[in-house]
Amino acid sequence: MGKAWKFGDSISTDVIAPGRYFHLRSNLPELAKHVLEPARPEFASEVKKGDFVVAGDNFGLGSSREHAPIIIKIAGAKAVLAKSFARIFYRNCINIGLPAITCNTDKIDEGYEIELDMEKGVVRNKTKGMELEFPHLPPVMNRILQEGGLVAYIKAHKSLEI
Amino acid sequence: MAGKTLSEKIIEKHCGKVVSAGETVIVNVDLSYVQDGTGPLTVRRMKEMGIEVAYNPKKTIFFLDHASPSPRMELSNDHEFMRDFARKSGIILSDVGNGISHHNSLEKYACPSDVIVGADSHTCTNGALGAFGTGMGSTDVAAAIALGKTWMRVPETYLVEVNGRLPKGVYSKDIILHLIGTIGSNGATYKALEFTGDTINDMSTAGRSTIANMSVEAGAKAGLFSPDDETRNFLKAMGREEAFRELKSDEDAVFEKKIQIKADELEPLIAVPHLVDNVKKISEIGKVKVNEVFIGTSCNGRLEDLHIAASIMKGHTINPDTRVIVTPASRRVYIEALKDGTIETFMEAGALVTGAGCGACDGVHLGILGDGEVCLATQPRNFKGRMGDPDSFIYLGNPAVAAATALAGEISDPREVM
Repeated sequence: MGKAWKFGDSISTDVIAPGRYFHLRSNLPELAKHVLEPARPEFASEVKKGDFVVAGDNFGLGSSREHAPIIIKIAGAKAVLAKSFARIFYRNCINIGLPAITCNTDKIDEGYEIELDMEKGVVRNKTKGMELEFPHLPPVMNRILQEGGLVAYIKAHKSLEI
Repeated sequence: MAGKTLSEKIIEKHCGKVVSAGETVIVNVDLSYVQDGTGPLTVRRMKEMGIEVAYNPKKTIFFLDHASPSPRMELSNDHEFMRDFARKSGIILSDVGNGISHHNSLEKYACPSDVIVGADSHTCTNGALGAFGTGMGSTDVAAAIALGKTWMRVPETYLVEVNGRLPKGVYSKDIILHLIGTIGSNGATYKALEFTGDTINDMSTAGRSTIANMSVEAGAKAGLFSPDDETRNFLKAMGREEAFRELKSDEDAVFEKKIQIKADELEPLIAVPHLVDNVKKISEIGKVKVNEVFIGTSCNGRLEDLHIAASIMKGHTINPDTRVIVTPASRRVYIEALKDGTIETFMEAGALVTGAGCGACDGVHLGILGDGEVCLATQPRNFKGRMGDPDSFIYLGNPAVAAATALAGEISDPREVM
C-alpha cells in the first residue's frame, strides 16, 4: 500500500530531473532530492517508500536521461502509473526495475492509498472499492523486469536472447 | 506478401530474417554512442554487467558535448571518467570542442541503412542519411556497446508526404513544427516517421536533419529519409562517398498512416512555452520581448542555418536589450563559418559566438536563463526549466526568426526583413 501523488499530462524529463542539476548525475541520492521539483517542490522530501507517482498522458517525454526514472525510484516510489508513457522513458523504467503501469489514472485521486498486483495486472484501492486492470508487459520487458532489470539480466545470461 | 517500409528493410538486414511491424527482434547495432550527460552512467552499467570492453570499439563513440567545456568540477570529473574508460577500451573519444554527437555522426560515422543507438533522445537525427537511429537510455546503450546488439520492436511507419515550394522565411524547421503541432507531442509514439515528397527531394541533408532530429518531439522512435543523390553528395563532401547505400520503401509497403503537408501554405511557426506541440503561426504570437536569442543545437546549428541567420543580421546591430548566442554544431561547421565570414558577421552584429557543442540548450552553461527570462531558440525543446530557471520561457523558431528577433529584441517575422 502506498499513497498516490498526482501529476498532470506531459511531464518531461526536464521536470523529473532538471538540467540545472546536471552536475549531480554522478551523485544520484543528491539528484533525487530534486526529483519532479518544478511540478511539485514538496514531493522529494515528503514522498514515502512505497508511494506511487500517478500521472496523465505522455509521462517522461523528452531526453533519454535514465536518471529520471532512477531518481523516482531512489526517492521511494514503487511504480509510476500513467495513461501513457514516452517511449525511451518507458524502456528506461523497465531496464532499471521500476514498474511503469499504463492505466486510466483518472480513476485515481491524489492521496488514494493504492496497491499494485503485478501478477494479476490490477491496481486497487480497497476503501473505495476501486480496481483498475492494466495490460501485461510485452514478454521481453516482462522478463527483464522480473529479473530485476537489464543489468541483472545481462549479468546472468551474457546475452539479450529471451 | 505486402512490401516493406524502409524501417522494416533496415531492421531485416540487422536481424537476418523477414520482419513486419509489431514484432520484437534482436538486431545487430552498427554504431553506438553516448554523451557526457548519459555516458558516465553507461560506463558504470558496463562495469556492473561485468563487460568492460566494447564489442566494436571503433564503432563506439563517447562525445563530450553537453558540458563543453566543463563549467563545474563535478562535470570535469565525469569527463575524466569517460576519457579514462575510452582510453582503456579503445573507444573513440570526441572531446570538448568537436561539437554535438549527432552532427559529428552525420559528418563522420553514420551510413545509410545503419542501425544506430545513442544515449541521447535526438539520435533519430541520423535518419537524415537513411539510417535507423534511435535514442535509448544509458543501460540499453551499455548493453549495445557490450554486446553489439539491442532488442527492439519493429515500428509501424507514418508516411509524411511534403509537397510544394517553401515560401520565403519558411524552412524545414517549420515543416516539423507544423507536423508536431498537428499530431501532438505523443502523436507518433513508438512509430517511425518516413518523409517523402518533392519538398523533401529538393531539401539539403542539413534541412532533413532538422526534421529527423525533431521526430522524437512527436514521440517517434525514428525519423527517416530514403538515401538519394543528395545523400550521396553529402557523403562525398564529407570524404566518404563509399558509405552510400540505396534503400527505399516498397511501392506497396504498409504504412499505418499517411500525412500530407503542403509546404507552400506554411508560414514561420513558433512553439510557445512549455511544450513543443504548442505551435502557433508567428502572426499569432503578439509582442514578446526577448532577453536571449540562441542559434545552434543538433536541430539548427549547421552551416546552412548559420548562413540563414547571418544573411539577415549582416550589416545590422542586435537589439541592445537582447543577448545573442551562436553555437556551431560541430568543429567543421565552425571552421567553415569562420572561413566564409559568417562568424565575423555575427561578431560584428554584436552576437557572442561560442565553441561547438550543445551550448545553452541543455541548461548547463553558455546562456542559462534567469527568473522570468524569455529566450527564442532554434533548438528542438522548450520544456519548463530546460535552459535554467523553472520560471523562464523558451520559444522555438527557425534560424531566420531567430535573426529577425535578435535585431528587434522581440519575436519578429523574418519575412519583414528579408
